[in-house]
Amino acid sequence: MTTATDSPLRTDDSPFALSHLDALEAESVHIFREVAGEFERPVILFSGGKDSIVMLHLALKAFWPAAVPFSLLHVDTGHNFPEVIAYRDRVVAEHNLRLHVAHVQDFIDDGRLRERPDGTRNPLQTVPLLDAIETGRFDAVFGGGRRDEEKARAKERVFSLRDEFGAWDPRRQRPELWSLYNGRHAVGEHVRVFPLSNWTELDVWQYIEREGIELPEIYYAHERDVFARNGMWLTAGEWGGPKENEPVQRRLIRYRTVGDMSCTGAVDSEATDIQAVIAEIAASRLTERGATRADDKLSEAAMEDRKREGYF
Amino acid sequence: MSTTQTGTTQTGTATSLLRFATAGSVDDGKSTLVGRLLHDSKSVLADQLEAVEHASRNRGQEAPDLALLTDGLRAEREQGITIDVAYRYFATPRRRFILADTPGHVQYTRNMVTGASTAELAVVLVDARNGVVEQTRRHAAVAALLRVPHVVLAVNKMDLVDYAEPVFARIAEEFTAYAASLGVKDVVAVPISALAGDNVVEPSAHMDWYGGPTLLEHLETVPVGSDPSVEPARFPVQYVIRPQTDEHPDYRGYAGQLASGVLRVGDPVTVLPSGHTTTVAGIDALGRETDIAWAPQSVTVRLADDIDVSRGDLISAGPAPVPTKDIEATVSHLSERPLRAGDKVLLKHTTRTVRALVKEVSYRIDITAPIRDGKLGQGSGAEGLNVNDIGHVVLRTAEPLALDGYSDNRRTGSFLLIDPADGTTLTAGMAGEAFDTVRSTDAPASQEEDWV
Repeated sequence: MTTATDSPLRTDDSPFALSHLDALEAESVHIFREVAGEFERPVILFSGGKDSIVMLHLALKAFWPAAVPFSLLHVDTGHNFPEVIAYRDRVVAEHNLRLHVAHVQDFIDDGRLRERPDGTRNPLQTVPLLDAIETGRFDAVFGGGRRDEEKARAKERVFSLRDEFGAWDPRRQRPELWSLYNGRHAVGEHVRVFPLSNWTELDVWQYIEREGIELPEIYYAHERDVFARNGMWLTAGEWGGPKENEPVQRRLIRYRTVGDMSCTGAVDSEATDIQAVIAEIAASRLTERGATRADDKLSEAAMEDRKREGYF
Repeated sequence: MSTTQTGTTQTGTATSLLRFATAGSVDDGKSTLVGRLLHDSKSVLADQLEAVEHASRNRGQEAPDLALLTDGLRAEREQGITIDVAYRYFATPRRRFILADTPGHVQYTRNMVTGASTAELAVVLVDARNGVVEQTRRHAAVAALLRVPHVVLAVNKMDLVDYAEPVFARIAEEFTAYAASLGVKDVVAVPISALAGDNVVEPSAHMDWYGGPTLLEHLETVPVGSDPSVEPARFPVQYVIRPQTDEHPDYRGYAGQLASGVLRVGDPVTVLPSGHTTTVAGIDALGRETDIAWAPQSVTVRLADDIDVSRGDLISAGPAPVPTKDIEATVSHLSERPLRAGDKVLLKHTTRTVRALVKEVSYRIDITAPIRDGKLGQGSGAEGLNVNDIGHVVLRTAEPLALDGYSDNRRTGSFLLIDPADGTTLTAGMAGEAFDTVRSTDAPASQEEDWV
């Protein structure tokens, strides 16, 4: 049933074959450079999590030997892992980057936001984020979101236009063809850009291994005092855990994602180095968010609803 | 092949990447096929399956509805249909896959065009009981139009036709002939049952008469991309890198992604549209110096002469395209706003955006009509193009563009039309004629010269 072709095709053993990591890297670098070429004031959302760390690594490679032509923006919930903040500050200093920090606490203090009864601040990040984008007049905002994370994210474009309220309307997305990204936007609007759209969790880890990228220690197995809530291990902290009926115990754990301490769960793990982490993820029967993110479990469309409001 | 070999539990090995798209009519079982591929390749994890089971129960369905794995938006779940392209990811030990899952509804032709634009393979699904129908022709035509190098015809629901070879053979023959008439060069037909799992991941025990690969086996082994060593090099300049630091005071590099071909240090190149010639002085591959780069690598190129090069220029080796302001193209109209002669638009081609005028909407193409006299049906273009229409247009640009014909180069032959007022992406364009058949029988030789 196969007919002959008249142009030679590249096979996996061709000298010009690219590994999937090389192909993903080339695509992401292309995206960074498109933004640098088309926008006035781009910024990279940097949480100190592995996806934003990989994003920064790719940006450093994309513009070498020149400096990264973007600054960083961290939306600080006030419920951070200290190891992650230390990592953030180290990286900023090492690469001489400019860091903007938007504090959720400031918004709570002056009454623009109200603390939620469950103590989690992850959903509260949207308001400071949009405020920082407006104040900084950022027209392109890089996020580390991947389409494999969640089904609403699977519908996300690489260049995602947000209106003057920062809102995402999934019915009105621009079709995205070839590698031609349309970054046109009006004053007050901005574009969220996701250079890791086509990466999976495993790709990210394999790339971290290949490139020898350092991560905050909490990604590797360590002993920590934790307590159980909603089927996850949470770290005790000033954000309000544990409650009286939540006994604390010392366990060997690690984190698969990094976010607000109040809703980011740890997993039991003995993986103390990257090879062990990769083996563990490859064998896991749970997705990254399913295992460790309480806020995605709120409803079937939790992510879609938050994204509509301006979440990244 | 046993299922244990196809898990995602492989690490560290260099695997290649295949981007493919699926297309099928509403009830052909596309969601089931996608669900089966994800499920049998162990790419659906326990919590995702649990969420689907939970949601299915809430809807009063007895069995888990695998379509819920792929329908991610509220509106889609409410209406029970897929309204937008979604991207799925799975892996086997041999390959990583990016699946553009495109809706099959007639009114979403633009979504299949979107999915097919980056695909190297398209899976067209038909119901064995219905055979080749209008939608099948539409899907084949879109794959041909977007120059997707490989097409797989998946004849689904073989279990409902008693796994009968003649049924499959008749459909495969009709489809292959139609696809060939549109210029599709590689068609593989596979008889499957997505529901029962025949020939999707596991070989079927019900169809001894079929000697070909399972669908997954074919996806794993089909050649990826074209051989860059036989293509002219095309390097659209994205960004000029000038560190101006003590360490690199004079560094001036042109950053970009090779759209096709191979560049080596020492190669003579032409910069378009200016036409200046020079040679490649150095290549930096993301921080590491190298002497060779090829498509689709992202690199930084240094040139021997200090000539004016900026974003939007094309560094080209081998036969170069002749820059032109007059473009004839086949287009797929994507926006609810119609495209009419006289419209002033922006045209984005590689890294260059220029103003353009729609001089003429020559005709609409009826991509579902059977081929007659080597041509697809042509309708009048006077009323312009509406959303999901495919047609032929003539454009005039404010500045010359170095376009290749889309049939020669999908990256340097493609462009977008953008509404200058609000930035809406209006139209996807492919320079040159739509289909090889039409081209070879209809296009006068003089028209071809622009694209060489």
